[in-house]
Amino acid sequence: MSDEANKGLLSPLRRKLLMGMAAVPAITMLPGGSFAQAPATSAVNTTGLAVTDTEVTVGILHSATGTMAISETGSIQAEKLAIEQINAAGGVLGRKIKFIQEDGASDWPTFAEKAKKLLVNDKVAAIMGCWTSASRKAVLPVVEQYNGMLYYPTFYEGLEQSKNVIYTGQEATQQILAGLNWIAKEKGAKSFFFIGSDYIWPRTSNKIARKHVENVLKGKVVGEEYYALGSTQFNSVINKIKLTKPDVIFTDVVGGSNVAFYKQLKAAGIDLSKQALLTISVTEDEIDGIGGENIAGAYACMKYFQSLDNANNKAFVSAFKKMWGEKTVIGDVTQAAYLGPWLWKLTVEKAGSFDVDKIATASTGVEFKGAPEGYVRIHENHHLWSKTRVGRAKLDGQFELIYETADLVEPDPFPKGYQ
Amino acid sequence: MFGDYSIGDLGSIFVMQGFAGLILFSVYVLMALGLAIIFGQMGVINMAHGEFMILGAYVTWMTSNLFQAYLPSLFSGYFFLAMILAFLASGALGMLVEWGLIRHLYKRPLDTLLATWGLSLMLQQAYRSVFGAREVGVELPQWMLGSLRVTDSIEVPINGVFVMCLTVLITIAVAYVLYMSRWGRQVRAVVQNRIMAGAVGINTEKVDRYTFGLGCGIAGVAGSAFTMIGSTGPTSGQLYIVDTFLVVVFGGAASLLGTIASAFSISQTQSTLEFFMSGSMAKVLTLLAVVGILMLRPQGLFALKVRK
Repeated sequence: MSDEANKGLLSPLRRKLLMGMAAVPAITMLPGGSFAQAPATSAVNTTGLAVTDTEVTVGILHSATGTMAISETGSIQAEKLAIEQINAAGGVLGRKIKFIQEDGASDWPTFAEKAKKLLVNDKVAAIMGCWTSASRKAVLPVVEQYNGMLYYPTFYEGLEQSKNVIYTGQEATQQILAGLNWIAKEKGAKSFFFIGSDYIWPRTSNKIARKHVENVLKGKVVGEEYYALGSTQFNSVINKIKLTKPDVIFTDVVGGSNVAFYKQLKAAGIDLSKQALLTISVTEDEIDGIGGENIAGAYACMKYFQSLDNANNKAFVSAFKKMWGEKTVIGDVTQAAYLGPWLWKLTVEKAGSFDVDKIATASTGVEFKGAPEGYVRIHENHHLWSKTRVGRAKLDGQFELIYETADLVEPDPFPKGYQ
Repeated sequence: MFGDYSIGDLGSIFVMQGFAGLILFSVYVLMALGLAIIFGQMGVINMAHGEFMILGAYVTWMTSNLFQAYLPSLFSGYFFLAMILAFLASGALGMLVEWGLIRHLYKRPLDTLLATWGLSLMLQQAYRSVFGAREVGVELPQWMLGSLRVTDSIEVPINGVFVMCLTVLITIAVAYVLYMSRWGRQVRAVVQNRIMAGAVGINTEKVDRYTFGLGCGIAGVAGSAFTMIGSTGPTSGQLYIVDTFLVVVFGGAASLLGTIASAFSISQTQSTLEFFMSGSMAKVLTLLAVVGILMLRPQGLFALKVRK
């Protein structure tokens, strides 16, 4: 695994970049260097981005209104926190980060329009944004056409890779496979029942999960069901679960349906302390709405839980709560959103430039040791190496860490044998 | 798919499945009742119906928080008070909306569609600003959780039974008010001939206001009850609006019996189909059937026979 990263770092292009960096006055490499000693703007910004001698502008593009505001609020909060912390530590190449926030309003064409506005009018150096795959798909042609840089936080279905996007969440195989392996081994699970919302992410994820269950774990999928987004009635499918008695219920139901599903599951007498349930769509954020008492005992497969016990995370959680209130919870995607500004800062410093082309190439191999989830590194396919973790939901709405992979899992957005 | 199961297993599944259909039926009736009154009796297309429901849900959430903080000993009974408060809050907001907005639009029914759609967006944003964008979790008293064990293999969810009882009660109450009481006669008189009703001394403005208020109040109770089975967030109301209109339009706009018959047929079709095929497919087939029947019978299942 580490060979992979080294290969990236030692490629000729990157060596050239490193040599280039060596030419930058050594003083700028010191952390917290004062603003007067920042490198000249003409040297670090050759493409007319919004970079001055003291400031650099980035964009934040999420839905603050509309259906998706439920989920995207956490990402906005995390990105603002990261920017504030970076500024407090001296900024990027001696420049303070200024952000322009635009509202995608849960509407995909609006996302594309606002992305264009940020890149063309505001000339932002990077965009932290998007949440749903649909919004990312709408923004992707825009950032590619105008050569912007997008940091995308959500775990997603994979099958995508772009020079202009850094995916700070997990792609499907990173999220699913280790979790399935664990539950098959730990619970001796052989039969699985899949339930998802009816759109691309659950369908792609379940396709991957089905191949893995059938071909690798030699188990059986006894049911695969999809419900329209926003469905609130799950009694029929719950009866089917009772009839087929699967070892594991595997779910990727999202949004308001999630709440209805777990409430009805509990009401139907399915006890999650006995019936194993593995979800890839419920984070601490969702439990706020579901209610801890309705989901306690379920397993979730993520890369981050608020309860992770390490120094980075403790500092992150307390800073987050200090900024946004004691009661806020932090889910997997919120943490991934927090990585965006930091990874961008580290990449800019590695490239010694704000130019998007230089950042796109310099991204490979960038490491962030201060990540709340622990060490992460950018793969050459622009996804992150990260661990897969399984947590068990508790009554208070937090997860208890049950299992984590020993090593970082390699991102594989185009998995062979799973399509 | 049934080859591997014993007769006993299958029997109990069919019982539970029948029950799932009945619960869905009650949910549909409950959410459609308020709209049936407003759309059926007044001809107002209220696109903000879902938001009135969610107001009821938020009132329930606030009541539950208050009880937890100040009266934890009475927590097990808070839900009943919450439903009454939800009725009052949504009803009061409904009357305010009728006074400020709807009454100016009675002669322009299509404009009410646009106006109430705008109202729905405004209410959503108001909820978001007041209660936050995230969903809130409404905590239920212990006795409302879990299921009743009828036999070893038949289990019936308690919240489903609760919704069913509530639906029956409210339906009876609405039927009584509309068909037995003096006020109900006034409402129906206004529906059939507004000018004539006014001429014989009925205060039509007042009747309109209270009818709209009653419809919204029932939506509030429905929203309160649905905190048991669904989510409570600024946009949760949108989850119900399509099904609600489906039930009311399919039933024949001006008929209470039609609403009930339509809720019954749609819920049974959907829950049976859901069991034999996937959820999305069941929805598609149900909608196709509804569209087909409406093409043959545009006035809906039951239509009020009036001389035109």
